[in-house]
Amino acid sequence: MSNDVAILGVGMHPWGKWGHSFVKYGVKAARAALADAGVPWQDVDLIVGGETVRNGYGGYVAGSTFAQALGWNGARVATSYAACATGAQALDTARSRILAGQAEVALVVGADTTPKGFLAPNAGERWDDPDWLRFKLMGMTNPGYFALYARRRMDLYGATSEDFAAVKVKNARHGLNNPYARYRKEVSVADVVNSAVVADPLHLLDICATSDGGAAVLVTSVEYARKHGIADPVKIKAISTVTPTFPNTIIDMPLFSTESTAAVAAPELTFKESIGHAAYEEAGIAPEDVSVAEVYDLSTALELDWIEDLQLAKRGEAEALLRAGDTTIGGRIPVNPSGGLACFGEAVPAQALAQVCELTWQLRGQAEGRQVEGARVGITANQGLFGHGSSVIVAR
Amino acid sequence: MTETPAVEGWFTTGSEPALIASKCEACGTLAFPKGVDFCRNPACDGETFVDAELSRTGVVWSYTDAQYQPPAPYTPTSDPYQPFALAAVELPEGIVVLGQLASGFGVDSVKVGAPVELVVEPAWTEEDGTVKTMWKWRPTAAAEGGN
Ligand SMILES: [Zn+2]
Repeated sequence: MSNDVAILGVGMHPWGKWGHSFVKYGVKAARAALADAGVPWQDVDLIVGGETVRNGYGGYVAGSTFAQALGWNGARVATSYAACATGAQALDTARSRILAGQAEVALVVGADTTPKGFLAPNAGERWDDPDWLRFKLMGMTNPGYFALYARRRMDLYGATSEDFAAVKVKNARHGLNNPYARYRKEVSVADVVNSAVVADPLHLLDICATSDGGAAVLVTSVEYARKHGIADPVKIKAISTVTPTFPNTIIDMPLFSTESTAAVAAPELTFKESIGHAAYEEAGIAPEDVSVAEVYDLSTALELDWIEDLQLAKRGEAEALLRAGDTTIGGRIPVNPSGGLACFGEAVPAQALAQVCELTWQLRGQAEGRQVEGARVGITANQGLFGHGSSVIVAR
Repeated sequence: MTETPAVEGWFTTGSEPALIASKCEACGTLAFPKGVDFCRNPACDGETFVDAELSRTGVVWSYTDAQYQPPAPYTPTSDPYQPFALAAVELPEGIVVLGQLASGFGVDSVKVGAPVELVVEPAWTEEDGTVKTMWKWRPTAAAEGGN
C-alpha cells in the first residue's frame, strides 16, 4: 500500500504587517487552497489548524476557529502546536488520518500576527522557565543563538560576512517576483555588511523579521485525487517530526546548556541532521535526488547549516556551493526559490505550510518568475523551540 | 552593599567558583541546570541526584555579543547601554554552558576552541541595592597569547 497522500490545493495570504486578525489570513489562504483544488469546503471531512500562541483562546483552538469562520460543515477537527514545525505537524495529522482511511479530504491551515522587534518572553517572574531565565540571567536573545552558529562557521570553515550577505542577496533576488513575499527588493552585499551589527557576526539584514501571514494545504487520498481526474498530483512522500536523541549536544534556543555526554556518548547525528535523515528514510529518496529545497533561514548563516544538515553538501562545504551559484535558481540545487524567510519574515504557525505551498508550485511548474526548471523532488526543513523540527519531502 | 547569586544553588562563589550540576545516582548523567525530578537519559529511570561541581575551565564552542539592549526581563547595568559578549563553553564533562564573557572582554578576546575559566561577577543591582552575581567566562592567558 502506498503511503502517499496527494496535495490537491495550496493557498496563501501575502506576508506583511497588515494589522488584521490571524483568522482573516487563515480563511483567505484556506479559500485559495480550496479554489486551487476545485474542491468545495463542504467536501472537507477534516480540518487541522496550526495553533498560534499570541492570539488568545481563538488561537489555541485554531482548527475550530477556522472551521467556524468558513462555516461549520461537520468536519472533524484537530489543532497542532510544535513551535516552528507547527504547520508540518498539522499536515502530518491530516496525512495520518487519510492513510488510516479515517478521512479523505483534509484542509490544513496556519496563520499568525506577530509583534514588532525582538521576540521577548511573556511578562512575570518565572525562575523555572528557561525562556525567561536566558533573558533575565544573561540577556540572550534569539539572534544571539543564530550568531553562535554563524560564528562557528567562520572560525571552523572560513565563512565570511560576505558569504552570509550573499545568501541574503540570492534570496532577495529569488523573492522579487513572489506575490506572497513581504520584501521584494534587491539587496547588495554592501547593504547587508553595512547594516547594523545585532549580534556579532550577524547584521540586521542577516536576520529575518516576524510577519503576519497565512498558508493552507488541501490534502486528499490518492484515490480521491484520481476520482477527481487528477492523475499526477504532487504527493507527500515523507513528513519527519522527530525529536532529538539524548544527549542533544548542540545548544538550542531557549536553553543555556546542552545535555552532557558524561554517561552516554553523543548520537551519530545531530538533531537537525536527524530531522532530514528521517525524512529521506521515510520517502526512500536520497539527497542526490532532490531538485529544490526550502529551508529555515532565520539567519543567512542558518541556510548554510541546513544545506549541510540535509546532506546537500558535505559539512563545511555550503559556502563553496553558494559561491559557485549552485544554490541559486538555475544552479544545481536551488535553495529557497520563494525568497525564504529573508523575503517573508517568520509567521510561525504558517511558515512550514508556506514551504510546502512553494514546493507544490515549483513541482507543478507554476512558480512564475522563480521557477526551478524540471523540479521533481522538493524538501523542506525547519527547527523550533523545545525539540521541535520538521522536514517534508514532496515529489511528482 | 550585599552580593548574592542571581540564582540560588546554581554555582559556588569564592576564589574558585564552579557551576553545580546534578548527577544521577543511577547512571551518572550530569545535568546543568540541575535535574531534580527525572534523569535525561532515556535508558534510566533514576529519580535521585547528588550535587556535582563542574570543571571550572573549558573551551569556547562559540561566541557572540548583544549590540542592542535585550528586552526585559534583562536588567540593564548601565545607562547608556553598554554591549556585552557571550560565549558557549564546552566543559570536559561534555556539556556546553552559555554565559556572558567577564567584564572587559569582547568578541575579539576569544576564538572557537580558546580556553576560558569560570568567574563570578556582579551582574545587576536590585532596587534595594543588592548586587546580584552571575557566572561568567574569562579568557585565560593562553587565549590572549594565542590571538
Ligand atoms: Zn540516570
